[in-house]
Amino acid sequence: MVFLASERMNGRLLVRFARARLTPNRYDLIALALIGAAAVLVVHGAQQMGLPLANLHTVPVVLDPARLPEYALRTTLRMFAAIFASLLFTFVVATVAAKSRKAELVIIPMLDILQSVPVLGFLTFTVTFFMGLFPTSELGVELASIFAVFTAQAWNMAFSFYQSLRTLPGDLDEVARQFNLSPWQRFIKLELPFATPALVWNTMMSMSGGWFFVVASEAITVGKTTVTLPGIGSWIALAIERQDFTAVAWAVGAMAVVIVLYDQFLFRPIVAWADKFRFEQTASQEQPQSWFFDVLRRTRVFRRIAAPFGRALASLPRPTLPRISLPKLGNAGSVRWFDRLWVVLVVIAAAWAAWTIFRYIATTLTIHDALTATGLGLLTLSRVLVLIVIASAIWVPVGVWIGLRPAWSQRIQPVAQFLAAFPANVLFPIAVIAIIAWRLDPNIWLSPLIILGTQWYILFNVVAGASALPGDLKEVAGIFHLRSWQRWRDFILPGIFPYYVTGALTASGGSWNASIVAEVVSWGHTRLEAAGLGAFIAKATTAGDYPRVALGISVMSVFVIALNRSLWRPLYAYAEKHLRLD
Amino acid sequence: MTMTLERPAQTDAPLVEVRSLKHVYGKGGGAGLLVLEDVNLTLKAGEIVGLLGRSGSGKSTLLRSIAGLITPTGGSVTVSDMAGDDSAHGVAMVFQSFALFPWLTVQKNVELGLEAQGVPVEERRKRTLAAIDLIGLDGFENAYPKELSGGMRQRVGLARALVVQPSVLLMDEPFSALDVLTAETLRTDLLDLWSEGRMPIRSILMVTHNIEEAVLMCDRILVFSSNPGRVIAEIKVDLPQPRKRLDLPFRALVDDIYARMTARPTGPPIRDGNFPGSGLGMALTHVSSNTLSGMIEALAAPPNHGAAELGALGRELRMEADELLPIAETLQLMRFAEIEGRTIRLTPAARRYADAAVDERKQLFAQHLLAYVPLAAHIRRVLDDRASHQAPATRFRDEIEDFMSEAYAEETMDAIVSWGRFAEIFAYHEDDDRFSLDDPA
Repeated sequence: MVFLASERMNGRLLVRFARARLTPNRYDLIALALIGAAAVLVVHGAQQMGLPLANLHTVPVVLDPARLPEYALRTTLRMFAAIFASLLFTFVVATVAAKSRKAELVIIPMLDILQSVPVLGFLTFTVTFFMGLFPTSELGVELASIFAVFTAQAWNMAFSFYQSLRTLPGDLDEVARQFNLSPWQRFIKLELPFATPALVWNTMMSMSGGWFFVVASEAITVGKTTVTLPGIGSWIALAIERQDFTAVAWAVGAMAVVIVLYDQFLFRPIVAWADKFRFEQTASQEQPQSWFFDVLRRTRVFRRIAAPFGRALASLPRPTLPRISLPKLGNAGSVRWFDRLWVVLVVIAAAWAAWTIFRYIATTLTIHDALTATGLGLLTLSRVLVLIVIASAIWVPVGVWIGLRPAWSQRIQPVAQFLAAFPANVLFPIAVIAIIAWRLDPNIWLSPLIILGTQWYILFNVVAGASALPGDLKEVAGIFHLRSWQRWRDFILPGIFPYYVTGALTASGGSWNASIVAEVVSWGHTRLEAAGLGAFIAKATTAGDYPRVALGISVMSVFVIALNRSLWRPLYAYAEKHLRLD
Repeated sequence: MTMTLERPAQTDAPLVEVRSLKHVYGKGGGAGLLVLEDVNLTLKAGEIVGLLGRSGSGKSTLLRSIAGLITPTGGSVTVSDMAGDDSAHGVAMVFQSFALFPWLTVQKNVELGLEAQGVPVEERRKRTLAAIDLIGLDGFENAYPKELSGGMRQRVGLARALVVQPSVLLMDEPFSALDVLTAETLRTDLLDLWSEGRMPIRSILMVTHNIEEAVLMCDRILVFSSNPGRVIAEIKVDLPQPRKRLDLPFRALVDDIYARMTARPTGPPIRDGNFPGSGLGMALTHVSSNTLSGMIEALAAPPNHGAAELGALGRELRMEADELLPIAETLQLMRFAEIEGRTIRLTPAARRYADAAVDERKQLFAQHLLAYVPLAAHIRRVLDDRASHQAPATRFRDEIEDFMSEAYAEETMDAIVSWGRFAEIFAYHEDDDRFSLDDPA
């Protein structure tokens, strides 16, 4: 990149245009076509969102394949609106948590809990709230849907950003302080770049999870209110109601196309770009590749046009961020005392909130309902655990087999990530048709649905773990002719364990959420139901029974948090301590 | 393009004045670790001053106090700004780890300080290119740090510090992360720039643990003791530049500094060497039993025949004082060696150790460990007393943390576990963090 002096810019720029090969090359054409098309689509979709609410009734969703691209576009735009909101949330909340100890004491435990709460259950409340906010416009319902996706995405992103801010390299921090960087410069030059790789990865995971929620939140019935936003989710709902199998197949195809496009045109380029922010100062062995990113880098006109914008952006007046710092109190003792007081206040507020929820539930429900919900929770818990075990038994050997063969893992890895992003609820009708056709017991055969979309996290983490097994250890295992069981027990399983735990933890969290839509399914007028907490919440939502929804969510949150604390966290800590391969 | 900066005229006014500096790390309420005590320092224009000491002597803390990165617990630091100069800060710092932003190009890295000062784009670019030129980085403006070798990275660090025109350049072990050859080239280049007056600075203050480096570069050397850090000697180096490592006066001065760095405080000789504290409160340095054996063998073998001058030994083994001294002092602590002045001498036990086979060595090591390292004896006694012959390690960790900071306790426990395992006086189980008497079957 050449830096031009501002006063000489015009003259020099003309010379450049004349001399430099500024004729667009073919990469410019590719980039222009793609970016132009994206811009048109975004504008079109955004105009649709602001239409009056009545429009939803006058222009209902129809099962016409010609309309499918538009529905796919609307679904995608909701996704991106949510991810944008999540990023804003991340930057503000995580930064505050990292810089203020008092805020940290509240925000971090809250993020931790929100990460594991079944967000689908919230739909009931958020739809009501946002429709109240914009009673006459489609915007209210759109916001409710976007908010549902946001609640599935934001927490782990904020967590990752917070952790990056807390682990800034000490020497770079000293450089920033020594040169007296302003808070804004510090954010742009140090904090944001350092946090980027982890944030990109978490955003990608959030997006993968998000497709599931955007589909689930488009067509929703809360009591007497039924909302169907134009989108793939509503298409599926309608296809189920009409028992239209062809339409289901269309939706599956459309979703696949959307996810391939988003993967190729957005996330692979971003991951390839984010590689330069990796903190290791050695050149990485394996750089992520993206053909689209390469196209963008090879363009001539685009880069020239973009450069002045970049400079203009750089010369904009800097927002003055407040320097967040606590007033220094007299000595360490009084600081500790102050912290304790703050903790006490927070605990009182939390207790008050819990009491409010309890009183709300207790006005209409009895201890008997709570016991029922807990019993159903145990059913769903056993479902989740059994399925994690079964999925592990299948995918760990497969993943290891793939991971140990580099040629295979390079091809399979993107497929597994694609499958993880693919919203499994689009596939539910196919399973339901099969269960009805063969008259299977829904209590057993609906269960696999809750892990249908999340099992892939186990697969691609195990593949990653197996391909990261060090070559010298592989050679040792070969030289000493380790036999199959010893090879697995002493080498492969310990080696992939940290990766496996990450995958299983993600799969387990996702499964609880999925149970809310997977334990009650229908095909036309046939309803299949499996006894479980997910079905309890789903039925209460349809009936508009708010206290039961609140009870269901509370119980499920307790289950998820208990499972995380008693099973996944200890496994994670063990893996961190004993099984790290570096 | 010419460097627009000029080396200001020398004056006698001190650039940096440090008075009775004291710093305590860690726990509030007096239980913290005293790293600096009563340190005084005056830095004048035209001199390169070295702060020489072992790790833990607080020399980096002193440097960071002057850089304004640490607020010392007590005492005062005064940095005089150059009169009539527009630069806001009188000091800039070069880091041991280079501390470059991996996502910024060389040019952007160098510009960082100027951008923070709000220097206009055009002037920023001019000054940056001049600094890059000066330091020999021409042609690398658009490279990213990861594409550069260690030596080139430190040149970027140097350019970044110089471009803000500080009156004092602070350097924190700037060459210790580089290989020998690269470090020497960079030292020579820096000395050339300094003697030709081409750098816009008036003085250099550098931290090092390399005695030869200090003698090679500095006009004045302050030698620090460890735990707590105090200035125990101030040495003026009058040798003419360029200095040659093989010259006799040069080597004499290096040997003399070795002796000063191992010198015990006045009073009756303390057999624990420079290990702070006594009894259970003795902070140990984790030196592998392999290294201890190797040092005993090296001392027993010709040409040393049981005794050597520390400086010569360091040259023979290619070790810096910072590596050599902890080994020597651990040997002294266990009565395998005695240090007198600049000489280290093996004890009769160590001579036997050198000739012994593995089992006898382990027995000797065990005897000395139990006799002279109170913590080892204490752990063994507790294990003997208990019926189960087991004890959680946290118990001992807590005990020694009454005497020292967490980091020192960690290192002490590492040392005791490693030595205890070699001597086979007890076993340690990492899984559940406990000591036991049982031999691994």
